Amino acid sequence: MNKEDLSVNIGSLKLRNPIMLASGTVGYGSEISEFIDLKKIGAIVTKSISLKPRKGNKPQRVLETSAGMLNAIGLTNVGVEKFIAEKIPFLKKQDVPIICNIAASTLEEYVECVKILNYEDGIHAFEINVSCPNVKEGGLQFGNNEKMVGKITKEIRSCTNKPIIIKLSPNVANISEFAETAKKEGADAVSAINTLIGTSFNIKNRKPKLKNIIGGLSGPAIKPIALAKIFEIHQKVKIPIIGIGGIMNWQDAVEFMIAGASAIQLGTVNFIDPTAAIKILNGLTEYCKGNKIQKISSLTGSYQLD
Amino acid sequence: MTITQAQIEEIIELEYNIHLFKVKSPDIANFINPGEFLNIRISELFVPLLRRPFSVCDVEGDFFFVMFNTMGTGTKLMALKKPGEFLDVMGPLGKGFKYKDDFDRAVIIGGGLGVAPFPFLTKKLKGIKEISTFIGGRTKSDVITYGLENIFISTDDGSYGFKGNVIQLLEKDFGKIQNEKLKIFACGPTPMLIGVKEFAEKNNIGCELSTECVMACGFGICQGCPIQSTKDEDKYLLVCKDGPVFNSEDVVL
Repeated sequence: MNKEDLSVNIGSLKLRNPIMLASGTVGYGSEISEFIDLKKIGAIVTKSISLKPRKGNKPQRVLETSAGMLNAIGLTNVGVEKFIAEKIPFLKKQDVPIICNIAASTLEEYVECVKILNYEDGIHAFEINVSCPNVKEGGLQFGNNEKMVGKITKEIRSCTNKPIIIKLSPNVANISEFAETAKKEGADAVSAINTLIGTSFNIKNRKPKLKNIIGGLSGPAIKPIALAKIFEIHQKVKIPIIGIGGIMNWQDAVEFMIAGASAIQLGTVNFIDPTAAIKILNGLTEYCKGNKIQKISSLTGSYQLD
Repeated sequence: MTITQAQIEEIIELEYNIHLFKVKSPDIANFINPGEFLNIRISELFVPLLRRPFSVCDVEGDFFFVMFNTMGTGTKLMALKKPGEFLDVMGPLGKGFKYKDDFDRAVIIGGGLGVAPFPFLTKKLKGIKEISTFIGGRTKSDVITYGLENIFISTDDGSYGFKGNVIQLLEKDFGKIQNEKLKIFACGPTPMLIGVKEFAEKNNIGCELSTECVMACGFGICQGCPIQSTKDEDKYLLVCKDGPVFNSEDVVL
């Protein structure tokens, strides 16, 4: 008999447990559903969708680094139209809450995307990607500009009642100010962190290994940075935080919640072990049982500083 | 597709630094086809972090074989494994060779360790189709003939067989087989595959190429391994899911 309450609330978004699969690491769910029963997880965040399909960057797109990886995929996606026609029906059948991640090159494109997708009852919330490091316009440019993040949040807020999550860039000195701005303009939550910018060179021909030169660093290598950013936001801003950044196992998940996360997203680990979400869910359940934690949400921000 | 803990039965050193692992897994051995691949997690620690892809080299009953040389951290750690140890294997992955088509002779072309998928293909073709196998290497120790049939060899330095590259060798010996109905199966470095593609198109021969690309997941979710489609300029195919074996006319190398 399972007494532990693993459910969490992210603003008005209610999830059966705090484990979400991060955007860009699960496609649109079909491949990973061969390994796990998606209805067991809290939510799936779909690959960034843009108004029109995007082909993405030329190869080489990925590269392993010490305990991490760099990627410069370039927001490859099928575009809003095909997403609605072909991808949402599959996810709805899986009975898993869909959080739709949106990327855009202009403010107008964000608004247009949200307006179209707002009619989809299968979509439970929007995660706004203002911090992808791998495309020329938008993405990182927006993510490093606090005013722009505010403007995007405000505009999107005006055209949807669904929960809005702003995915924050770690490549800033003061992430909590970005979280504060997002909150002020109506965001329900923030997710932190997106990848850190990084690169690597081939020492024989002296060329960058990634065709895009710059990529996003993810994996366990970035975990301490993610924890510090989440802790900073938690201390300064009252907004639910979805923690992301190198979570590999249930112990990491607990650590993120203690640092201030209300829920967590699994990213790079899905590439290595697509069953990780279920293992982490089982680990969290056991942890709650073993420590007599009745509601997992009580872990959020439960750090003891003295 | 499955993820399984598979026990290493035997390790054979084919040449200095070229290893052949015999691994027990009915879940994989009974379902995998020539040209498909496996993604192996070499360590439970975070270095190396990602799985490493290996072509299936051969299958015998409940056992599959992988062939590799040590290149980076992953393959170095892999080479330290001992019989009895377990490998965390994901597979079968990708699309393999279509070897049941209408042709009389398979022309198998392997460059260096690109021979890896061909013992299994040879096993499937033997007794059904004629086979000619062309192997190229930089030098004699690169030439691996394990599990292959009717072999023609070239080395860049002339230390073994014909002196030159494998395409030149193929051009030289092509007269003997050119009147038969042929299909080419090739795997090796990209410059070799480009040569094979040109050769196949020039001589109007059906041709499948096993391609390679750095990948993160191996099953289509990371989008890390694109290859340009010839049919649609706006589209990349994925090496891991749409390939690694492609009809040579379908991809731009």
